Amino acid sequence: MANPNGIGASVRRREDARFLTGRGTYTDDINRPGQTHAVFVRSPYAHARITGIDAAEAMQAPGVIAVLTGADMEADKVGSLPCGWQIHSKDGSPMKEPPHFPIARDRTRYVGDAIAVVIAETREQAKDAAELVMVDYEELPAAVTSLKALEGGAPLVHDDVGGNVCFDWHLGDAAAVDAAFAQAAHVAKLDLVNQRLVPNAMEPRAALGEYDRATGEHTLTTTSQNPHVIRLLMGAFVLGIPEHKLRVVAPDVGGGFGSKIFHYGEEAVVTWAAKKVGRPVKWTAERSESFLTDAHGRDHVSHAELAMDRDGNFLALRVSTIANMGAYLSTFAPSIPTYLYATLLAGQYKTPAIYAEVKAVFTNTVPVDAYRGAGRPEACYLIERLVEVAAAETGIDKAELRRRNFVPASAMPYQTPVALQYDTGDFAKNLDIALPLVDYDGFAARRGESARRGKLRGIGFATYIEACGIAPSNVAGALGARAGLYESAEVRFHPTGSVTVFTGSHSHGQGHETTFAQLVSERFGVPIENVEIVHGDTSKIPFGMGTYGSRSLAVGGSAIVKAMDKVERKAKKIAAHMLEAAEADIEVKDGRFVVAGTDKALTIGDIALQAYVPHNFPLDELEPGLDEQAFYDPKNFTYPNGCHVCEVEIDPDTGVVQVVSFAAVDDFGRVINPLIVEGQVHGGLVQGIGQALYENCVYDEDSGQLITGSYMDYCMPRADDVPSFTVRYHEDQPCTHNPLGVKGCGEAGTIGASAAVMNAVVHALSEYGVTHLDMPATPERVWQAIRRHTPAQAAE
Amino acid sequence: MYAFTYHRPKSVADAVALLGQFEDPKLLGGGQTLLPTLKQRLARPSDLIDLGQIPELQGIREEAGGLTVGAFTRHAEVAHSETVRRVIPALASLAEGIGDRQVRNMGTLGGSICNADPSADYPAAIVALKATVRTDRREIAGDDFFTGMFETALEPGEIVTAVHFQKPDKAAYAKFRNPASRYAIVGVFVAVFGSEVRVAVTGAGPSVFRADDMEAALAQDFRADALNGASVSAAGLNADIHASADYRAHLVRVMARRAVEACG
Ligand SMILES: Cc1cc2nc3c(=O)[nH]c(=O)nc-3n(C[C@H](O)[C@H](O)[C@H](O)COP(=O)(O)OP(=O)(O)OC[C@H]3O[C@@H](n4cnc5c(N)ncnc54)[C@H](O)[C@@H]3O)c2cc1C
Repeated sequence: MANPNGIGASVRRREDARFLTGRGTYTDDINRPGQTHAVFVRSPYAHARITGIDAAEAMQAPGVIAVLTGADMEADKVGSLPCGWQIHSKDGSPMKEPPHFPIARDRTRYVGDAIAVVIAETREQAKDAAELVMVDYEELPAAVTSLKALEGGAPLVHDDVGGNVCFDWHLGDAAAVDAAFAQAAHVAKLDLVNQRLVPNAMEPRAALGEYDRATGEHTLTTTSQNPHVIRLLMGAFVLGIPEHKLRVVAPDVGGGFGSKIFHYGEEAVVTWAAKKVGRPVKWTAERSESFLTDAHGRDHVSHAELAMDRDGNFLALRVSTIANMGAYLSTFAPSIPTYLYATLLAGQYKTPAIYAEVKAVFTNTVPVDAYRGAGRPEACYLIERLVEVAAAETGIDKAELRRRNFVPASAMPYQTPVALQYDTGDFAKNLDIALPLVDYDGFAARRGESARRGKLRGIGFATYIEACGIAPSNVAGALGARAGLYESAEVRFHPTGSVTVFTGSHSHGQGHETTFAQLVSERFGVPIENVEIVHGDTSKIPFGMGTYGSRSLAVGGSAIVKAMDKVERKAKKIAAHMLEAAEADIEVKDGRFVVAGTDKALTIGDIALQAYVPHNFPLDELEPGLDEQAFYDPKNFTYPNGCHVCEVEIDPDTGVVQVVSFAAVDDFGRVINPLIVEGQVHGGLVQGIGQALYENCVYDEDSGQLITGSYMDYCMPRADDVPSFTVRYHEDQPCTHNPLGVKGCGEAGTIGASAAVMNAVVHALSEYGVTHLDMPATPERVWQAIRRHTPAQAAE
Repeated sequence: MYAFTYHRPKSVADAVALLGQFEDPKLLGGGQTLLPTLKQRLARPSDLIDLGQIPELQGIREEAGGLTVGAFTRHAEVAHSETVRRVIPALASLAEGIGDRQVRNMGTLGGSICNADPSADYPAAIVALKATVRTDRREIAGDDFFTGMFETALEPGEIVTAVHFQKPDKAAYAKFRNPASRYAIVGVFVAVFGSEVRVAVTGAGPSVFRADDMEAALAQDFRADALNGASVSAAGLNADIHASADYRAHLVRVMARRAVEACG
């Protein structure tokens, strides 16, 4: 009988009951006896010298316990926030890595940079006192956009980083690309901007520091996607606290989208301050503070060229990108526009030669780092826009042009010219499923019908591939990662047969408590309600690299499988002993341990009980207990891929774009919980549509003030902005190198959607001769594009 | 938010009395603008006087062929009122299009017009529907009420008690909303009273204004195409990251056409 809660079942998310009824426990919900509150004094200037800080009046304010500054941290030898990835420039020199102190010392480099922290009995008292901290600033000119920061004579964000260039890196074979371009029958070119985004997790960041004088143990409770990583970075590099005296807990976390991977200064400040003031210290960001201080995403300016032969076969791709790093290097910032971006520029195509150059630039803005998709949406957007331009210019149907250039399934495993080796994927199949789903052949008729209503209609594709499950530690290490990228798990059977699984992955919206429990239920026939998933606490979990890059199931889930393998081996031994059979004769069938060829069988529950009541165990050969740990380090990335097709209708009178249909056909390898996968795809698509049509982080180009600092100006996509999605997946191309055959689904929607939407928008506008539009395709931008291309109206 | 003292008077007279007692009091309507302002510490009133428990400020009733709406009537109440839908359906649909559900369930007519946000919707109705704004001390013609960006004809401490809207022969409101805030980037209220046509434009300029050319054109010939020659100059219109002055000027005409078409 199939397990109703096993692999492939759409089990409803077990964690949702708690979240939907307000019973989740988020960092800000946790209050400790004697707790104090921290409020940061933040820089109102994008760039200024700090010439003095006078906290005397603030110290006198009611309830104030301490006002601490960068100088206090310096006196305590607090270090700089470390960067977890090192890139080397073309000339072999290491990237520029200026210090990034949790509280600025003599200079502030973006609006929102921390200048001081006020700790008081209540939050309101801390806020009142923060207004009384007198900071003397000497304002400096700011370099706000990446392009301006690169101009000669631009203000220097860091005095010792000439030209504001963090690194100037490249990948691929420039000579082969030049040679191919020389042979090309046609070259398609495109300049494009991948605009900056604010991540906007529903739960703002928060951190609670505690110090136990009796044991000397520090505890940080924080909104993190990877508490062990924070323990390592903060403990070893910033505060100098060894692991055994530092516990980091990430309880329920309300969304991250990447922005909660990084080690932020506030975490170090509350941990440090808790010892200093001798009481717990809590900080919770307000939404406007989140806008100013959460690491932002994207922010690329690129030029791309695609060389083709007469038949539209891609010969070579040349890309040059300027990536904005913000004022300092956030934890993984350098890896995003390099190894998570340029390595994906082959896309689904067998382009034989690719060369990419990436210049990373410091600016007077908040740091930029991974945001859902992290580099891969930027790559997908660039390739898929360029392919669509190529299709329009050559007159080859855009589906056909893609098909002609796909890496065929028969070529798998396929080594791309940009470092990655795809293991599986049948790109033509994705397209074959998608085309009838969207009635591609009927598009012309639909366009005609729209035209009769005075509307423009367009259809656009994105055939994407991404690299997930980051990654094999040896590969990551070779590429500059200063960490390994494995995952750990522990599967603990209790005497009565219930199970606790400890995972190094971290769930902040992904539904691990359900999916991971399904793995255990399937394997051992344990009812799902008897399986508990524990995550997010360094004192409970062996180790954890955390959740990002759609890695939880592929890496964390595989670690659970490895631990279950060990449990099974041990259980077989115990079964053999109990059933007086040879270990080799024990078979596992439907979760039962059977002596081959007999009806003698035990359930895992029977075995677990014996494991903890070992009255007559042969103790020389068999240890009591049924509790196993495993670390899993993957052999390769996983490569989710798919075909997204978007159809839009545009009102030429106003420029409003409406997404009228969206179909996503994805290959995520094996699917454990289709309901959760579909939910991840839906959320991802909305985020991708958000970037294409609505979201845009705008700083004033001169002053560096954040103009889109609230939802009044920063436009989030809402339910009524998107259509009902058509989502399909197939499981014919399982990942070949992890035990579950899974690839990951957390970012795919975001990676494909922006390109599909923009391709549809440009297609709709093509009758006016529009060939490209930068995101977001706001009503005014669309209207202006129409106007520019309509002689009569332009003259008006 | 800075600390303040909270008051909940039961009558307009009590509210007026309270206003006179304190150093820096502030009236609280639905709080949709005032509370965010306080949370961001952009205002520091000594006392907040909540108008929510005053029966005189509540309710919707027919009066003199038109409608009288109490100042503390929430947008959702206007949107769902059978009376409003019957007498001036365009007003109900305007209210239905304000912000989002949460905002409509809290925000009030009085708060909206006293705040006089240049992109608020109600100002267009006040002007187009020849409204009269009633206060604790006088009546103010709708045409005179809005005096500039976030500015009204109200004196300090004056409380709006109700608004009387005249019933038009036909009317419609067309709004182009800001995709982020959902306020009006441009909103055009067209109302016909006999031979008089009013075209009130909100969102586009510093304050609501009447589009004279359009009114004249429509008075001649009440069809959308009559607006083809009429236009609004971009000079002096608002410009921000969402819409330039040119785009707003263009949208005024598009929304005016749509409002005329919706008038039937
Ligand atoms: C997200 C969001 C979206 C919105 N979208 C729209 C939109 O699309 N269209 C639109 O028109 N509006 C919109 N609004 C505004 C909202 O609908 C309210 O009308 C507005 O915020 C003020 O009304 P209130 O009742 O909340 O007043 P409050 O915020 O309580 O008060 C506003 C001001 O009016 C004063 N005041 C209140 N009542 C009186 C009175 N009776 N007499 C004298 N003074 C008074 C207060 O002292 C204060 O100065 C939006 C608001 C938000 C937060």
